[in-house]
Amino acid sequence: MNEFKPLPSLPPPASLTGVVGWLHKNLFSTPLYTILTLVVGYLVISSLIPVLDWAIFSANFTGNDRSACESGTGACWAFIGNRINIFAYGSYPAAEYWRLDICFALLVLSFGPQFFDKFPYKMWLGVFSLTGFPVICFYLISGGAFGLESIETGKWGGLALTLMLAYVGIVAALPFGIVLALGRRSEMPVIRTFCIAFIELWRGVPLISVLFMSSVMLPLFLPEGMNFDKLLRALIGITMFQSAYMAEVIRGGLQAIPRGQYEASKALGLSYWKSMGLIILPQALKLVIPGIVNTFIALFKDTTLVLIIGLLDILATVQASITDPEWGSVATEGYVFAALCFWVFCFGMSRYSQSLERKLHTGHKR
Amino acid sequence: MKKSITVFGAMAATMIATSAFAGTLEDVTARGTLSCGVNTGLPGFSLQDDKGNWTGIDVDVCRAVAAAVLGDATKVRFVPLTAKERFTALQSGEIDMLSRNTTWTHTRDTSLGLNFAGVNYYDGQGFLVQKALGVKSAKELDGASVCIQAGTTTELNLADYFRLNGMKYSAVVYDTSDQTREGFEAARCDILTSDQSQLYAIRSKMADPTSAVVLPEVISKEPLGPVVRQGDDAWFNIVKWTLYAQVNAEEMGVTSANAMEMKTAADPNVKRLLGTEGDAGAKLGISADWAYNVVSQVGNYGEMFERNVGLKTPLAIARGLNALWNNGGLQYAPPIR
Repeated sequence: MNEFKPLPSLPPPASLTGVVGWLHKNLFSTPLYTILTLVVGYLVISSLIPVLDWAIFSANFTGNDRSACESGTGACWAFIGNRINIFAYGSYPAAEYWRLDICFALLVLSFGPQFFDKFPYKMWLGVFSLTGFPVICFYLISGGAFGLESIETGKWGGLALTLMLAYVGIVAALPFGIVLALGRRSEMPVIRTFCIAFIELWRGVPLISVLFMSSVMLPLFLPEGMNFDKLLRALIGITMFQSAYMAEVIRGGLQAIPRGQYEASKALGLSYWKSMGLIILPQALKLVIPGIVNTFIALFKDTTLVLIIGLLDILATVQASITDPEWGSVATEGYVFAALCFWVFCFGMSRYSQSLERKLHTGHKR
Repeated sequence: MKKSITVFGAMAATMIATSAFAGTLEDVTARGTLSCGVNTGLPGFSLQDDKGNWTGIDVDVCRAVAAAVLGDATKVRFVPLTAKERFTALQSGEIDMLSRNTTWTHTRDTSLGLNFAGVNYYDGQGFLVQKALGVKSAKELDGASVCIQAGTTTELNLADYFRLNGMKYSAVVYDTSDQTREGFEAARCDILTSDQSQLYAIRSKMADPTSAVVLPEVISKEPLGPVVRQGDDAWFNIVKWTLYAQVNAEEMGVTSANAMEMKTAADPNVKRLLGTEGDAGAKLGISADWAYNVVSQVGNYGEMFERNVGLKTPLAIARGLNALWNNGGLQYAPPIR
């Protein structure tokens, strides 16, 4: 007796698999979609070609002055190459660039591993990036100790300054924000009133006026001869401003926690700080990660406002450099470069927040 | 609300009045560096090069004062300032002097607690014209279209000038200096108006700088110069005479190259300038070879002008109003004796 053997099943028709299948399913499934695909495809390609031509094929990449870019019709990236040190380091002395390089390497080393789930000692790295890292970098960058030449803050600039402002703002605003959010929900009237007043005051004024006050008005009210650093004034202003925003984001998280959690933690006999630290805040912060990172990204981009008080961050150095008569019309190149820099960092933060959300996801997602 | 503003203003005024510092010279000498407020970026006046060094005619004024006071032109701390915060920085003592293309006006000189120590660049509003038009004078501009940056005093000056001369124009308004230039290059307008120093900077940025010319007419007065705090006359004198020393040096033919030989020149005026005779330095409270340091390290006024904005630079500005008085310009310095 022959055993019954079914024929092997046929492969799906070629029009349903592989590249062709994908195209058929996603781009050409109905006549309307076909037309839309063709139209959009034409628009994308016809606008991409000149952009690519400008940015890559006709662009000039090397040279030291405007003569390098007179030949081509494309972008003058030679200008960026010529000015890259200014854009990255500001007027920091060239012989001391290594100090900023070390800080940047430390920044990458202490934050990079946070993207990888399996990396050991992540907790210690996190602690280091919040405590040891700022201290080490402060002494490295400003000098004046351990035999390093002292470099005044007026020479700090470029991307280094942008990162510095954003880092300090982010690291300082989060704890302040948490404290303010808790204070605003406190049952003690003095604390609550103070926190509400603080938050509403700082949230009610534009950052540009905070910076302006710190740079133009404040020095007039300080006693004669007392002058504290412009960068420090700006940093304090940015931190105050951002912690008010942060407090409201976190308060949103606190309010989203069901009342039962508060009651349960009280029933366990936990003190206020323990119940907040062990039960409420971990849940609340996890809930508002998108909001927190949103605030961070906004802060990162807001740092460019310091150019109105004469701190030369990356955008300010780009703006000053494009006026240099040594070069022709290079405004587009300069702004595209600055935009790219900002995009890289903002996109990085955004990706990190998404990976955090996935990792901390415990089934409460709605 | 109104009352609180008044109180606020009064407080500010008191603070400004009480912060009439004296002894800037002592402070600078003790510190060993001069804090000088400059523009964050203006070609030819104050701009960082690709190495991060500040260059420009305003920057060189700072260097000259450092050379006079400290004997070393490199001992300057440059503080980049925006237009709005420049006077506060000076009033609050954050900087020792301001050299930031600041126009000397009556209001600023009389009501801000400041003193203008001289003029290192005579600027004024002018016109940039497409060469193809063949226009030789601003009086031929009737009916022209004018590219202009919005919200500036140049807009008002332009309206006044055309009305005064009974001419008509149509304004093409742009938001930034770059856009204005691009509009002009794309022939959206016949002429572009701005301060002359700006016109040269704009022209230098054009794809073909020779396709446009700056007309000789200047329709407003914009004398730019270094500023110090009121109430410190010793310091005011130093800044003022540093500038005068540079102008005098040019007039006498003393340059950074020949300053050493000129020390032994026969001309008593040169000797008094370079400190081999007389006590000009002592009267200012600084060293006898102050002007020698200025000229040998920074150069005389002409050198400073040519190096930063002169015909050999991309800006290619002719001396014009900034020529010496005996060459048809306005740069004139009282004698040193």
